[in-house]
Amino acid sequence: MRSVWALAAMAALSVLTTSTTTLAGEPKQGGTLRMYHRDSPANASILEGATYSVNVPFMGVFNNLVIYDQHIAQNSPDTLRPELAESWSWSSDNKKLTFKLRQGVKWHDGKPFTSADVKCSFDLLMGKSQQKLRQNPRKAWYSEVNEITTSGDFEVSFDLKRPQPSLLAMLASGYTPVYPCHVSPADMRTHPIGTGPFKFVEFKANESIKLTRNPDYWKKGLPHLDGIEYTIIPNRSTAILAFVAGKFDMTFPTHITIPLLKDIKSQAPNAVCAVEPTNVSTNIIVNSTSAPFDNVDIRRAVALALDRKAFVDILFEGQADIGGTMLPPPQGIWGMPKDRLEAIPGYGRNVNANREEAKKLMQKAGYGPDKHLPVKVSTRNIAEYRDPAVILIDQLKSIYIDGELDVVETANWFPKVARKDYMLGLNLTGNSVDDPDQSFYENYSCGSERNYTNYCNKEIEKLFDVQSQETDVSKRKPLVWDIDKKLQEDVARPIIFHARAGTCWQPYVKGVKIMSNSSYNGFRYEDLWLDK
Amino acid sequence: MFAYLVRRLFLMLVTLFGISIVIFLLLRIVPGNIVDILFAAAGYVDPADKANLEKELGIDQPLIVQYWHWISGFLRGDFGYSYVSEKPALQEILPRIPITARLAGLALLFSASIGIPLGVISAVKQGTRLDYALRVVSLSGLSLPSFWLGLLILTASVAMFGQMPIFNPNPQTWLEAFATYAVPAAAVGFRSAALTMRITRSSMLEVLRQDYIRTARAKGASDTAVNYHHALKNAILPVITVIGIEAAFLIGGLIVTETVFNIPGVARFLVEAIRWRDYPIVQNLVMLIAVVVVSANFIVDMLYAVFDPRIRYTD
Repeated sequence: MRSVWALAAMAALSVLTTSTTTLAGEPKQGGTLRMYHRDSPANASILEGATYSVNVPFMGVFNNLVIYDQHIAQNSPDTLRPELAESWSWSSDNKKLTFKLRQGVKWHDGKPFTSADVKCSFDLLMGKSQQKLRQNPRKAWYSEVNEITTSGDFEVSFDLKRPQPSLLAMLASGYTPVYPCHVSPADMRTHPIGTGPFKFVEFKANESIKLTRNPDYWKKGLPHLDGIEYTIIPNRSTAILAFVAGKFDMTFPTHITIPLLKDIKSQAPNAVCAVEPTNVSTNIIVNSTSAPFDNVDIRRAVALALDRKAFVDILFEGQADIGGTMLPPPQGIWGMPKDRLEAIPGYGRNVNANREEAKKLMQKAGYGPDKHLPVKVSTRNIAEYRDPAVILIDQLKSIYIDGELDVVETANWFPKVARKDYMLGLNLTGNSVDDPDQSFYENYSCGSERNYTNYCNKEIEKLFDVQSQETDVSKRKPLVWDIDKKLQEDVARPIIFHARAGTCWQPYVKGVKIMSNSSYNGFRYEDLWLDK
Repeated sequence: MFAYLVRRLFLMLVTLFGISIVIFLLLRIVPGNIVDILFAAAGYVDPADKANLEKELGIDQPLIVQYWHWISGFLRGDFGYSYVSEKPALQEILPRIPITARLAGLALLFSASIGIPLGVISAVKQGTRLDYALRVVSLSGLSLPSFWLGLLILTASVAMFGQMPIFNPNPQTWLEAFATYAVPAAAVGFRSAALTMRITRSSMLEVLRQDYIRTARAKGASDTAVNYHHALKNAILPVITVIGIEAAFLIGGLIVTETVFNIPGVARFLVEAIRWRDYPIVQNLVMLIAVVVVSANFIVDMLYAVFDPRIRYTD
């Protein structure tokens, strides 16, 4: 009899163990995710923002028409998923993109979501509505859109001037949420209303941002969390210590530098950390409108003098990527393959040979061991800018250029660059979507507001349009590579490296996926849950 | 005495008027404004958008008009709106004042309660090992920057206890509330305590050599009575002056301490506002601080008469 009881007990224990194991893998409802925020964003309006300091906390308040799959690290045309749109279709001439919209979706204030909201949002972005955004940094994304038309409450179409398959990529960015028609842009800056998994509770500047679960979220059963609380801690040391002490469940995404990652791993060995490319390139901007850099030989010499591996080794302990304008593979979709990249002058492995060639170009321009070229290297007064600038100055010494660091406060950086009051600058360029259209048109097209160097090559610009209209990714890639190669050869904006950074979270935080080719698109957080 | 008071009050008003002009002009001399910063952060500039925003915020107006709008509003208690949060400036500033006031008060309390007794002991025990030890402590206090000390405290508490004394906006108990402020207050007050201790020591040494102290001892007064009743009472005047000045200097230390300990007080808020060139916040907050400092100096002057009956203010 006793053995029967023992068997029964063992069986019960076995069932219990099995079910516990199963449950441990299934999301649990509840709990508030505690994160620190690296700084206090200017406001809560993603459409007006130009930093992921806005996207991270507020992306969860909204939905897009389409979104990159939040469970897959690499954003690509294959990972686009419908969100407020149930489906989309292109017209036969690829000049009309039509979305069927989801029905029954409500804004956080209870009003119904309709196609009018989509039209309002994109008219606002295109500068066509009566209401205006205070800032509209991504207006250029929609330069090929003629107009937005609605057909009933649940269908909306984008009429394009020419085919532009990348429009979907830009619509999927964390920077492209749909706003409600009935809330003014001013109110969206202080109290955003969305359709997303979390409702806005409060934003205390320099203090905290609080979101709470949207119980009426159209995705049933989501989000898993009761809310998210961001404590604003601008001091990185304090923030990391607080994470180590268990005050936070997660660090601010991609906020941990490679050297700091070691500290976290040693002090909090249970923490889970991921290092991914941020799709932010560190590059050189050259003022080619005045001497001495109006001389193409000197510009080429600068590009040839770069020892990119040294930058990567010093600043990232080898964990960063060398590439052209587009983020290199495997994380980048459009970056040049290694063999193509290394064929570009200055990218070859033999740094000494490159520098000998650079010296010859400098000598041709009238400089040499007895006559060095004094140059001010301007950059922003932020460590991510200053540190590589110092290494750049050191490397330029090898080709008779005596660099002097000119540190500029953030408020003065852009005006200084815009009025061409610099010789050589060290700059960072962030790409919110890994797509050539965003990068090429924004940074290299004639007259673009972000084309700081005023590089203008009409031939290349035609190629921009050719690749932009190509719907077949496999055909588009070689076009993009050719353009990227040409941009590097023209020393349009020499790319030094593409940065990587770390994110850490406590082991009980589940469902975290850090995007590997963008720092702007992966913060919906509806699938995150706490296993405790 | 009354005439002196009136004259001092008049001087206070003149000083505050001068300060208001300096604050206003200094902010305009600093390159860039909020619009420049917003566009710099966005990495582009649209001249039309920029002009609209400058008009919306009123920073396209002549300086004299901008000054008049500000100062007349300040006198009426209308502080305008923060350029960044778009909330009333007063609504942004007021909730942060008690936090910094508590921190500053505790730091000053720490400074006085540690600095004065240790200064007295150091003077009384002049030339002993204890005196040397206390002087080393005071020198350390003067030499260690408060941000470094703060980080050290945080790092040590995480390493040793796995906890850190970071700001808790909703303390459940009185003890929790005290702990929230006590550690940062000690970090920022350590320097003031060291200074207070040194001033107390030197002032005490001077007084202890006076004839009346010798007389008191000759009359058989106890050491405690001599040191604290006769000597300290007369040595305290320069210490009060220093504490008064330190109260003003404390703002500088609090900026760093509030940043390191992540305390959402006015000091850190002020730095952020300067970074954004949020004129309504910076102007009004600095003006409020100026009013407090000028008033504190006035009160300290008046306190002289309370502590030393020989002092009588006349014309």
